[in-house]
Amino acid sequence: MSVFKQFVEMPNDSRLKTIIVALLLCLVCSVLVSTAAVALKPKQDANKALDKKQNILRIAGMMRPGASVDELFAEIEARVVDMETGKFADDIDPEKFDQRKAAKDPAMSVKLSKDEDLASIGRKEKYAAVYLVREGGQLQTIILPVHGYGLWSTMYGFVALEGDGRTVKGMGFYEHAETPGLGGEVDNPGWKAKWVGKEIYNPQGEVAVRVLKGAVLPSTPDPQYKVDGLAGATLTSRGVENLLQYWLGEQGFKPFLKNLAQEG
Amino acid sequence: MSTGIKSVVYDPLFDNNPITLQILGICSALAVTTSLKTALLMSIALTTVLTLSNASISMIRHHVPGSIRIIVQMIIIASLVIIVDQFLKAYAYDTAKKLSVFVGLIITNCIVMGRAEAYAMSHDPKMSFFDGLGNGLGYSLILMLVAFIRELFGAGSLFGYQVMPLTSEGGWYQSNGMMLLPPSAFFIIGFLIWGIRTWKPKQVEEPDFRIHEEHSKEGA
Repeated sequence: MSVFKQFVEMPNDSRLKTIIVALLLCLVCSVLVSTAAVALKPKQDANKALDKKQNILRIAGMMRPGASVDELFAEIEARVVDMETGKFADDIDPEKFDQRKAAKDPAMSVKLSKDEDLASIGRKEKYAAVYLVREGGQLQTIILPVHGYGLWSTMYGFVALEGDGRTVKGMGFYEHAETPGLGGEVDNPGWKAKWVGKEIYNPQGEVAVRVLKGAVLPSTPDPQYKVDGLAGATLTSRGVENLLQYWLGEQGFKPFLKNLAQEG
Repeated sequence: MSTGIKSVVYDPLFDNNPITLQILGICSALAVTTSLKTALLMSIALTTVLTLSNASISMIRHHVPGSIRIIVQMIIIASLVIIVDQFLKAYAYDTAKKLSVFVGLIITNCIVMGRAEAYAMSHDPKMSFFDGLGNGLGYSLILMLVAFIRELFGAGSLFGYQVMPLTSEGGWYQSNGMMLLPPSAFFIIGFLIWGIRTWKPKQVEEPDFRIHEEHSKEGA
């Protein structure tokens, strides 16, 4: 009598059969799951990379119909910035640098104290991946990654600045879980369009950009720094303001933008 | 198709719908029905998992020890869900990202466990396969109906195509923001249940208790 037959004929509730069934099942399932995970990994990674490039292009307003994402992305120069000094850290390969991972890695990030942590992100990474667009040697667009807490979720996005490093060219989030229809309106193209042309810094060099509660009226003073708040989403709007304050301030990219301006 | 298979596949559409009659799987029906695209992908994912889990659980049903029955079912379901999730991430990345955690939560969807326990454990693999398919389609039907209403009135679009231009973009339709929030799915499912039970009065449950009528007559 074969072992298999012996096993099949065992009473179902015997201790041995229970253990054998459990082991066999786990073995079969784990093989299936790991096969699927390993076999599909390259495709998933490619999707993720493509998605990120698409987001960067979309937020910078560089999407053109008919051109492939990789083609368009070739115009963009990816660099890694040391957040401490605000200088390029060229020993890190921007292709391989994962900022989200770095933010969680104790060796690659620093814990923020309560009053530093405007964007409620807990830790700040020591490096950040930025994207630059140059045309004929002239800096056209600076794309900076930003993230911060809204009402329910950490919102991840990019801010695209003009070559002068102070005028907004585009802003948007590629990942968040705010309430659809309320805070989720951060994705609304109409609202995102309101950011274009706004100024980040006042003449003293402080981050002056604000998200108002309500709309920017013709009578509002200094409208170049102000954007309409999202109706019914005060906390999400405040989250956006806070994360801009943080990422464009001293803790964030301000030193880098200063260096960049000096380079010309 | 034999009549057995036919009734197993068609019954769960209206007569024994998992959502409107058995009231199972409500959680995901609330969460993923803001747009037709996510609802469709979720429907496909759940139907695939349900069909395959029913068939494979039924295949080994004579050798499942009673003491670890539920765990065995869970392992099979969980493995299938992970595999489906991996496929979605590889081939439908954008929509899968919107579904986020809800594909993973199919593991805890009561329909899948419910069918495994109620049907697959006591029927042969072929019938279990079709039972899974039928219930998956019943779930999908309700999901698509709810998503149709929510996307149309909440965002003025169907499958992402704008059918009613919104006032916020210069059109005439003032979108109904509540449609995009979970409570609206509750209302819509409630109305669907009402509608189906009016159409098929057999589904109306006997009340648990009756208010004692004509108290005065008894006293007389």
